[in-house]
Amino acid sequence: MLNPSRETARVARGGASGLRGEELFGTAFDGKVMGRFLYFVRPYRQVLTIAVLAVLAFTLTQIAVPLVIRMIIDDALIGDAANRDILQMAAIGFFGVVTVNYVANYIQLVTVAKTAERILIDIRRAMYAHLQHVSLSFMDKTEVGRLMSRLQGDVGSLQEFLETSIFAIGDIVLLIGIVTVMVILDWQLGLLTLSVVPILLVIRVVWLPIAKRAFMRARETSSMVNGALAENINGVRTVQEMTRQQINYDAFEGKVMDNLLAHLRASRLAQIMVPTVDTLTGGAMAIVIIIGGNLVLDRSLDVGVMVAFLFYIQRFFDPIRSLTMQYSVMQRAMASGQRIFEVLDVKVEVEDKPDAATLDDADGSVEFKDVTFGYVKGQAVLKNINFRIEQGETIALVGPTGSGKTSTTALLHRFYDVWQGQIMVGGKDVRDVTQESLGQHVAMVLQEPFLFTGTVFENIRYRSTEAGMDKIVAAAKAVGAHDFIMALPDGYDAILGQRGGNLSIGQRQLISFARAIVADAKILVLDEATANVDSFTERDIQQALARTLKGRTGIVIAHRLATVRHADRIIVLQDGAITETGTHEELLDLGGLYHRLHAMNYASFDDVGEGKAAAETVALGE
Amino acid sequence: MPVGSSKFAANDVLDLIKTDPVCIRAKSVTTAQSVKSDASEKAKAGSGLHATVPAGDRTYEGGGRALWRIWLMALGYRVRLPIAVMAVIVAAILQLFIPLFLGSAVDNAMGLLGGSEAGLGAVKDALLLAALLVLGTSILRGLFTLLFNYQAEAMGQSIAYQLRLAYFDKLQRLSFSYHDQVHSGDLMTRGMLDIEGVRRFIEHGIIRVIQLAVLIGVGAWLYMGSDPLLGFLCLSFVPFAVWRAGVFRLRLRALWKVLQERLSVLTRVMEENLGGIRVVRAFSGQDFEMKKFDERSEATLEIAMQRVSVRYSNTSVMTYSYFLAMGLVLWVGGLRVIDGLITVGELTQFLAFMTVLQMPIRQTGMVINGIARASVSGLRLFEILDMDPAVMEKPDAAELQLSNGALEFHDVGFSYSGFPGEHTVSNLSFKVAKGETLGIVGPPGSGKSTIAHLIPRFYDVTEGSISIDGQDIRDITLDSLRTHVGLVQQDTFLFTTEISNNVAYGEPWADSARIVRATDSAQLHDYIAGLPEDYETMVGERGVSLSGGQRQRLSIARSVMLTPSIMVFDDSTAAVDAATEMRIREALKDLTHNRATIIISHRLASLMHADQIIFLDDGAIVERGSHEELLALGGRYRALYDLQIGAAREGAHA
Repeated sequence: MLNPSRETARVARGGASGLRGEELFGTAFDGKVMGRFLYFVRPYRQVLTIAVLAVLAFTLTQIAVPLVIRMIIDDALIGDAANRDILQMAAIGFFGVVTVNYVANYIQLVTVAKTAERILIDIRRAMYAHLQHVSLSFMDKTEVGRLMSRLQGDVGSLQEFLETSIFAIGDIVLLIGIVTVMVILDWQLGLLTLSVVPILLVIRVVWLPIAKRAFMRARETSSMVNGALAENINGVRTVQEMTRQQINYDAFEGKVMDNLLAHLRASRLAQIMVPTVDTLTGGAMAIVIIIGGNLVLDRSLDVGVMVAFLFYIQRFFDPIRSLTMQYSVMQRAMASGQRIFEVLDVKVEVEDKPDAATLDDADGSVEFKDVTFGYVKGQAVLKNINFRIEQGETIALVGPTGSGKTSTTALLHRFYDVWQGQIMVGGKDVRDVTQESLGQHVAMVLQEPFLFTGTVFENIRYRSTEAGMDKIVAAAKAVGAHDFIMALPDGYDAILGQRGGNLSIGQRQLISFARAIVADAKILVLDEATANVDSFTERDIQQALARTLKGRTGIVIAHRLATVRHADRIIVLQDGAITETGTHEELLDLGGLYHRLHAMNYASFDDVGEGKAAAETVALGE
Repeated sequence: MPVGSSKFAANDVLDLIKTDPVCIRAKSVTTAQSVKSDASEKAKAGSGLHATVPAGDRTYEGGGRALWRIWLMALGYRVRLPIAVMAVIVAAILQLFIPLFLGSAVDNAMGLLGGSEAGLGAVKDALLLAALLVLGTSILRGLFTLLFNYQAEAMGQSIAYQLRLAYFDKLQRLSFSYHDQVHSGDLMTRGMLDIEGVRRFIEHGIIRVIQLAVLIGVGAWLYMGSDPLLGFLCLSFVPFAVWRAGVFRLRLRALWKVLQERLSVLTRVMEENLGGIRVVRAFSGQDFEMKKFDERSEATLEIAMQRVSVRYSNTSVMTYSYFLAMGLVLWVGGLRVIDGLITVGELTQFLAFMTVLQMPIRQTGMVINGIARASVSGLRLFEILDMDPAVMEKPDAAELQLSNGALEFHDVGFSYSGFPGEHTVSNLSFKVAKGETLGIVGPPGSGKSTIAHLIPRFYDVTEGSISIDGQDIRDITLDSLRTHVGLVQQDTFLFTTEISNNVAYGEPWADSARIVRATDSAQLHDYIAGLPEDYETMVGERGVSLSGGQRQRLSIARSVMLTPSIMVFDDSTAAVDAATEMRIREALKDLTHNRATIIISHRLASLMHADQIIFLDDGAIVERGSHEELLALGGRYRALYDLQIGAAREGAHA
């Protein structure tokens, strides 16, 4: 008994056609990702040039410090040459060098960090703006949490990458600079001392893959812990209703323990590099002391050079260390970049034509001409739909779940584009007008009222920012929401909690009605919006809507008989096709599906189409 | 010198909410293992539901108190903490010796100590000795550094473990009244970023401060001794650096707090936009939404920029002061060498001593930043951990003893603290006996759902009392109460897991036959059986989405699984069609005949068969009686009946 409803059709298990999984480590360099990333960097190339120059200046002054020390020792302090004037000049030179170092350091740190912040915002904004326009079917099958992790986590790791890559330039220059200076100062001692570097490289090459796995595991366990926490927070009411606290706690404890152990292992692997580097540093210094010391004894090496070497040794492991870490940062950034660009690449299926018109003076007529549409290729949800609604007419859409009512209204608003046929609003094809003006022409009340955090006033006004309090109050009064709003502590300024959590569903719905009224559109679409309101409220709303709909076109996805009876016309949908059209009386006389639905139902048409209910409904009729 | 750890940890923080099935049924519940070396500490945290952290003064304001409590938690690590502290001291002292060996090596190389040709062998031996000492000291220093870094990190991770459990546990026990007020995103931020902030403080904060203190203290003692002036110059930048660090700490802390708040607003704006994308599209609100985003985004950027400026102007000026001090040492030291007061080797010692100081001083910025963050994060965490659930079990609470399962409201009054006046009920008295059904009807906001929430004690009554079989529900354990009360709500939360796990959420060990029986009574079995993987189909955020009616039926099945003795249906069939609802009622008949049932609905057909019906308005009972009595009364109920059923009938017979 397969249910052909849209919900099952778009199952897309595990998001197979949605976004890809969260693999953590991949290639360290991906030309395509880098290229696209550069697009966001380009606007800042001037600032970044300054940053790179500052990095170079900073690095060169760092290399210069031991050289100045060497100069002081060899030229000013040793033996007969001892000379206060040279010392004084060298010391002043030293102050000059460190002052340049200070300025360059400040500039490099601040420009790099600030630019990275800006690029981060640019990327996030680009993604966010894109998500405002991508097809709704993509939004339907992608959870908000996953999008959020792209908007925050992935963008964050790109920021880290950007910051560290600029400093990496400095690291490379520092490394090359130190090696060069050491070799120039004394090539034999230089090469001997540098012999420890390949050892470190080999060790790190062996170490890295093992450590990476441990780091990855640690990250994975962290996201498992966070995922479990998130779900328990969101479902906390159910948890308490079902007294699941102990079971959930135990399961969570297992996850947290895994996380702890994974992190401890990662920590051990990370820390193992500390004595390794220290040993190699000690070894290099020992080489300088024995070999260099003997050379100094033989008078074939200046003692200042030996001291400079000791200073350089303490420096040159730092860049090696950060450069090898840079590798993982890059891998992470590439993976994040891929995920970010994946979002940016999601096709915008509905786009304004370059010469799209507006609907300014258009009337509120609606026409579906031979419309065929579906969400999954080969599975049409609507088949050859034809109807026309005149300006000012109110029609009710009726039919079992999955018959295509919601899709019809979604198409009217051009949430999706039709496969075949044409939809005309105000006499114009919806594809020929801007979405902006279509949105102003067609207001919608959705099945589930969605409220934003903010005041009642802001929620009713929503995007019609020019609407004043009087207009808001008038709309609230029209739908009968005024009284309960005034009963709130701050009236219209009362802050609504997350998704209006501190209001009842009925109240939330009334607010979303008021919102649609404020939008003041010629066409009003009500999508199953009356399902959760009690009869009294519903009656009030219906009276209000009758007033609001005056002069407007209304399309109501109806469940309640009362709603249907007030409509000028009723369209019955079944399996994506129109089976009956007419007034309430006409349809009752017709003796078709509408009649059967009506006969078996007290006041609602909800949900008949599923499982047993559907089977029996049909059986009853036959 | 943490090698990679700090970098990858930084990214953990950003690792976002990926939902993961939490409701693992019994089969896959991971057995918690404990870390052996920490068994005693773990015993405290992991012993069960009531994980604890040291209690603190509830009224503290400053972050200082929060830091103090974090420190107290660290003190609980009686093995790790002393090892870490000892290791950091030893490592720092070893590090201070390296410049001494280097200096003597330089002097030896210059042949100053040997003097004559005869001493050449002795000088070479001394060089060899110095080299070996440097090597040996470096190795030992590395090992001790590893030790303290690891112990500190292990402590940080273990405390994070403790905090995560305590936090999780607390959130589960905080009452509905709390969850009504907070944003889930905020709770998530605390559970992720704030715990992370505390962890990093333990890892880097405490130990680094000790390291710095030893390096400066012991360093001063070692080096001032040989030449007070040079020793003084070496450390001359320290007071300046510490002063800057202090100022910096305060400013960063303030900025961090603001940034945190603005970030969470930005997160909320994005989340709501993505979650409500249909509303956005329906009103063509994209431009409006982008404006909203840009405003929030700019607001965070502004603070982020200020942080960058404050942070780096401080770190760079601190580094500058360090180099200036080094210049002075070079200059003054150079003069002293020329004057023959000290040797080149001794000058080298002082310079090398300064290199030892460089890294920790450079890290002060990071440490200070960490302290600033931890004091804010700690405050945010302890605020929740210290909170008492509004609904608490009495210490001597007994198990609910059931005989006839009668539920009774005695003059119950209640008001939410959030929106008083709106959802208040008052003077409610009624009784539902075993086998009886009570219907509650009334306009929205009349307090129907409030009644439903009061029975399992999700909120406590403010007046009067509720009793089951004569036992006040405040005198019995929450577990036994909630096991006996099955509440079916209109909003159903689906966990991301198989449908069977969702049905058996309250009874994870139930066999599949029972699950099928429950879904069958809820008229959901046929639908599930038609799904691609029937009961193993994933639902929730990452799986099949169910329609409102299906979710409600799932919720009914969930409660039926529990075989509670009191069932409360809170408008739980609003989205289910009348025919299906009738079948559900038929199916549940066997189950309801020996329990008390309350049906809340605004659809009269759902409750007109009830033994007794209450018409609620504005939190008070305005009419009560059986369906027939109320119809005969000709009041509010009658009006509603005419509106709903009369109209339908009339239409049907038209």
